[in-house]
Amino acid sequence: MPGRIAVSTRAAATWQRATLTEIRRETPYAATFRFAVPDWAGHLPGQHLMLRLRAQDGYVAQRHYSIASPPDDSGHIELTLDHVDDGEVSGWFHTVAKPGDEVELRGPLSGFFAWPGDRPALLIGAGSGVVPLMSMVRHHRASGLTVPLRLLVSARGPEELIYASEYGPETTTVFTRTAPEGVAVGRVSAAHVAGLLADGPDGGWEAYVCGSNGFAEHASRLLVDAGQPVDRIRIERFG
Amino acid sequence: MNVTRGFAGRPRVRNDGLPPGQYDAGDDWPVLSAEVTPELAPAEWTFTVDGLVAEPRTWTWDEAHALPPSAYEGDIHCVTSWSKFGVRFSGVSLDAFLGPVRPSAEATHAVAYSHTGYTTNLPLADLTGGRAWIVWEYGDEPLPAEHGGPARLLVPHLYFWKSAKWIAGIRLLDHDEPGFWEQNGYHHRGNPWEEQRYSGD
Repeated sequence: MPGRIAVSTRAAATWQRATLTEIRRETPYAATFRFAVPDWAGHLPGQHLMLRLRAQDGYVAQRHYSIASPPDDSGHIELTLDHVDDGEVSGWFHTVAKPGDEVELRGPLSGFFAWPGDRPALLIGAGSGVVPLMSMVRHHRASGLTVPLRLLVSARGPEELIYASEYGPETTTVFTRTAPEGVAVGRVSAAHVAGLLADGPDGGWEAYVCGSNGFAEHASRLLVDAGQPVDRIRIERFG
Repeated sequence: MNVTRGFAGRPRVRNDGLPPGQYDAGDDWPVLSAEVTPELAPAEWTFTVDGLVAEPRTWTWDEAHALPPSAYEGDIHCVTSWSKFGVRFSGVSLDAFLGPVRPSAEATHAVAYSHTGYTTNLPLADLTGGRAWIVWEYGDEPLPAEHGGPARLLVPHLYFWKSAKWIAGIRLLDHDEPGFWEQNGYHHRGNPWEEQRYSGD
């Protein structure tokens, strides 16, 4: 399966400085970190980057993170990070970081999960798996694209739904543990997926799945069972 | 690079087995594949070696299992920066497959490909001399499907995207031919000790 775009090997190989400019709380467990990156080469929705922190003794920690912001954000990018238990990088972001701090990053990396906005896209995410998908939704809106786009997003409960205020008619939300009065609790199901496939455009969807491995296995299996071609399912998993 | 204000990192003991930029994943074994996990039964699995060889050949599950067993005990390293120590995989050394097909003198590289269509390129020298395996057990259990079962390639001295899951075959070539991640910006060789993560590293 080919990647969607050619990747700039220079951007991927070069570490550059990023300055934290803003922190926005999304949920009790997740926050968005906005960075000024003056030499950012630009990205496509769905791409990720590698970020590194360095301790006084020279120890370096680096992690891959999906980019949450759409392209054309004038020298800025945003990441939305969960506060992982004992996470040494996410822990620093959630308890120490403040505007003005500098980190280093390289990217964007990998064109595989990228969505240039050219083909109908069915996006399925859970938890912070919605982050690269939100970059796609934001791009779709900001650029006034008319190509069909649908988002199925799963969260444990309304208070854990990242970007809750931004979803529009393109989005179906699923709550797995707690839900508002009158809303069912349950997993993303065959019925959800069948409905979205039945409602699909001529020529079908490109499917993008992002979430924990367990969720990715579940959602990709539902897609295959509902008839989505295997080679039109792209998966981004996190352990 | 500047020190990150207020960042100390996790308490750590010096570990000479950890390549630069990696952390110890402990008991975790993250799953990182971009594809749908295939439902591939051992009876359907085959492994082919072709390309620049005198006698291309395909092994079935039973035929592969009849080759002399060989295990790897050691560490593995993923480009996403986790490493996993002291793992044990069992299967057959790739040398046992390469011997009978008699690679041509011109063969310098290989493309490993999976039953799902995934590809990754390797210098042939990284696949010979007891440094690569076809494995079907992790610990003493069958290799789980999400980790490449029924059988995967194992090239533990390179980043783990080179160890193609659901391995279907290896084609020998007289040139380097970038595979799936390599076309997506990743390094052509992927030596963890030299931090060959991305093209240009």
